[in-house]
Amino acid sequence: MKILSVENLSRSFGGIKANDNVSFSVEQGSILGIIGPNGAGKSTLFDLITGYTKAESGKVQFFDKNIFGLSPDKISNLGVGRTFQKLKPFADQTLLENVMIGAFVKEKNVKKARDNALEIINFVDLIEKRHHFAKELSTGQRKRLEMARAMAIEPKLLLMDEVTGGVDQKTIPGLVELIKKMKKTGVTIITIEHNINIIMEISDNVLALDQGKSIAFGPPREIQKNKQVIDSYLGTFDAA
Amino acid sequence: MTSEIILQAIVTGLMMGLIYALIAAGLSLIFGLMEIVNFAHGEHLMLSMFSSFWLWSLFGLDPLFSIPITILLLAFCGVITHYFLIRYILKAKMLIQICATFGLSIFIRSIAQLLWTPDFRNVDKPLLEGRIELGSVFIGQPQLYASLVCLVAFVGLYLFVTKTETGLALQATAQDRHAAEVLGIPSNKMFAIGWAIGLGCVGVAGGMMANYFFIFTDVGINFALFAFVAVALGGFGSIIGCLYAGIIIGLVESLGGLLIDPSFKLLYVFVIYLLVVIYKPQGLFGRY
Amino acid sequence: MDKLITAKSEPLWNTNNKVVSIVYGLITLLFALPLFGLNSFYLHLFIMIFMHAVMAQSWNVIAGFSGQISLGHGAFFGIGAYATSFFYMQYGVTPWISIFIGIFISGVFAVLIGIPMLRLSGHYFAIATLLIGISFQVVFQRWDLVGAASGLWVTMTPEDSWIALQFHSSKLPYYYIFLIFFLISFFSVWVLSRSKLGYRLRAIRDDPQAALSLGINVSNYKIIAYVISAMIMAPMGSLFAQYILIIDPDRVFNIEISIIVLLITVLGGIGNVWGPIIGASILIPISEYSRIYLGGTGGAVDLILYGLILMIICVFRPNGLISFIPKDILERKKQR
Repeated sequence: MKILSVENLSRSFGGIKANDNVSFSVEQGSILGIIGPNGAGKSTLFDLITGYTKAESGKVQFFDKNIFGLSPDKISNLGVGRTFQKLKPFADQTLLENVMIGAFVKEKNVKKARDNALEIINFVDLIEKRHHFAKELSTGQRKRLEMARAMAIEPKLLLMDEVTGGVDQKTIPGLVELIKKMKKTGVTIITIEHNINIIMEISDNVLALDQGKSIAFGPPREIQKNKQVIDSYLGTFDAA
Repeated sequence: MTSEIILQAIVTGLMMGLIYALIAAGLSLIFGLMEIVNFAHGEHLMLSMFSSFWLWSLFGLDPLFSIPITILLLAFCGVITHYFLIRYILKAKMLIQICATFGLSIFIRSIAQLLWTPDFRNVDKPLLEGRIELGSVFIGQPQLYASLVCLVAFVGLYLFVTKTETGLALQATAQDRHAAEVLGIPSNKMFAIGWAIGLGCVGVAGGMMANYFFIFTDVGINFALFAFVAVALGGFGSIIGCLYAGIIIGLVESLGGLLIDPSFKLLYVFVIYLLVVIYKPQGLFGRY
Repeated sequence: MDKLITAKSEPLWNTNNKVVSIVYGLITLLFALPLFGLNSFYLHLFIMIFMHAVMAQSWNVIAGFSGQISLGHGAFFGIGAYATSFFYMQYGVTPWISIFIGIFISGVFAVLIGIPMLRLSGHYFAIATLLIGISFQVVFQRWDLVGAASGLWVTMTPEDSWIALQFHSSKLPYYYIFLIFFLISFFSVWVLSRSKLGYRLRAIRDDPQAALSLGINVSNYKIIAYVISAMIMAPMGSLFAQYILIIDPDRVFNIEISIIVLLITVLGGIGNVWGPIIGASILIPISEYSRIYLGGTGGAVDLILYGLILMIICVFRPNGLISFIPKDILERKKQR
């Protein structure tokens, strides 16, 4: 069953087409990896889907509901969670408080929301840090914080922007394991990744963007062999 | 109502507008540089008017001649403000920055009240006096010269910021202070210069207005409000935007006062402010 | 797994029991204090502390919790003051009812002002509120129905009257009325800060973008905060009007009101329910004493102090005086 289908989504900024007729769909319970060079429009695509940036044209369907043009808070209330490339923790609040704010989407009662938040913090392996302020956490821990916070809204679809970006090599495997663990809970994931090996490892499908256009879509094996992808992106890597 | 009266209001508004523009330009320069709104801007204007007044009253120096001293005093005041207050709050939250300059404004105004009482003062018989008649329109000489001097200062400021080396360094710091530091532009020095120039503008405006305006401790409040509005209208950080915005405000004030009711001048300007910031939050003219 | 169980078994709030008993003790003391025979000056001092603590608490809700800096909060104080005096003078409505009319009108105005203005953020909002505060003063100065610049002089009842909420022989009833309003407001804000609403407001303050991604309708929540804040402020205006019985635009719409609420909160600790109380308990005595010993020249001396304190706090203690109290005194030790 398709959880999200995007059709012909377009948006330009001052003449530059950040997203140009992008179409793809995601199967429920799968992981879609998005790759593309810097400035390919990956983050813009997230902003368009989640309502942070208004698309000029296109269609975004979440289950059978049209979410095109809805405000970000409405979209998140429907069950679309997201993290940000430039991390946005509530810096002056503790990890627990950060995650509780997410948990309030589904649970009004403060005590129960707290317990739900603790479950999720435990899930991301930060239970011992629950009373630390977000600003005291390391980058890797703050990534987990954002993932936990987004999980707390009990999303059906989760958009994660560069989970492994900006953290040191030692931290990456743990984060990758966490993404796999999240998939097992049944949540559908779209993740933007720079690290091609990770994409190949975790994704069920890959969408390759270049200069705002979708240049390839399919299972990782196929994408790896796609001529256009290799030219525009993979060529710069040792295609493993 | 005759067209002469309307023409008169337009001329008056235009002249006031040029003064607002220069005051706002000082504010905008400082904001563009370090994202801090100087909520004490009106009090600095008040200080410049008092500087003119005391130089006249104690030393018999006409406001026209004391202008350079006033400018220097205000520039010095700007450096002091930066040195003793602003540099400590550069990294603070916006809330704290607002509270700090707001605190400065209360401090300056009440010290002035203590020293000089809230009485109204004015400069008697300055060199600039009388008015000229252009057809049916009367133009007060001091007002005319004040607005012309402000316009000249404004153009000077604009050329300084866009053409000179220091001006370009200021712009570099405004855009990215860390990158500018890498290029060898010390941001702290640039900030101090920015404050000196920003308040120097206020010195020009206040010094010229001392010729014809009543001088009292609360005089700056309305000017500062209009300057805030002008900066928002012109686009925070934009200098040229202040010119247009200042003129718009001057016209709205004088025409609104003429056509509706002069006691609600502030409200007309407020309405314009709301309309612009809601429908065009980047301001009318963008940055720089 | 046991770590999770331990975590869940922690109490929701880590309030130190000693602090709780101290607070109960202080409340009892405040109720008992007048029995020891406070003279009229001290009664006045306490009344002013209670009043300003509530006013600052109101500002704390919009600025400290939701992060929107209102520089014209005096407007709602004035609305409250005019509501009771006007309805009493015009229609003989008892202040006990018109307090709520004032709260209602303030709330309505907060919605009307909030809908366009809370779309603005940061400096734009601050400047707009500054203009709002002054606009109210300008309008009331020229509004003949409410006495324009000379304001409203409430007809004095011949004797103390609970119905007219006027007490001439002693300030004692005012003391208890203000005390009770103080406790109610404090308790309400305390509950608010620990509720879902409180959490969501703080989220907006820290990062509105991230708040959106967690299902929070940022503009609606800001308006809610503004309305709550206005509704806390208004009754203080009403009670103040009953306390002094002469109100005019320069007194109840004075920008000084907007300044002092900001100052008290920042001094005590912004975003913290205790901040306004600490701030008011320190600042109001300074202000009242400086008025007695240094004043006489138009009250400028206390303003000089305000400005100075505000700058010093911003530079050295941006989290306010409460940051001097170590966290583990206020809270039981956490497993960190």
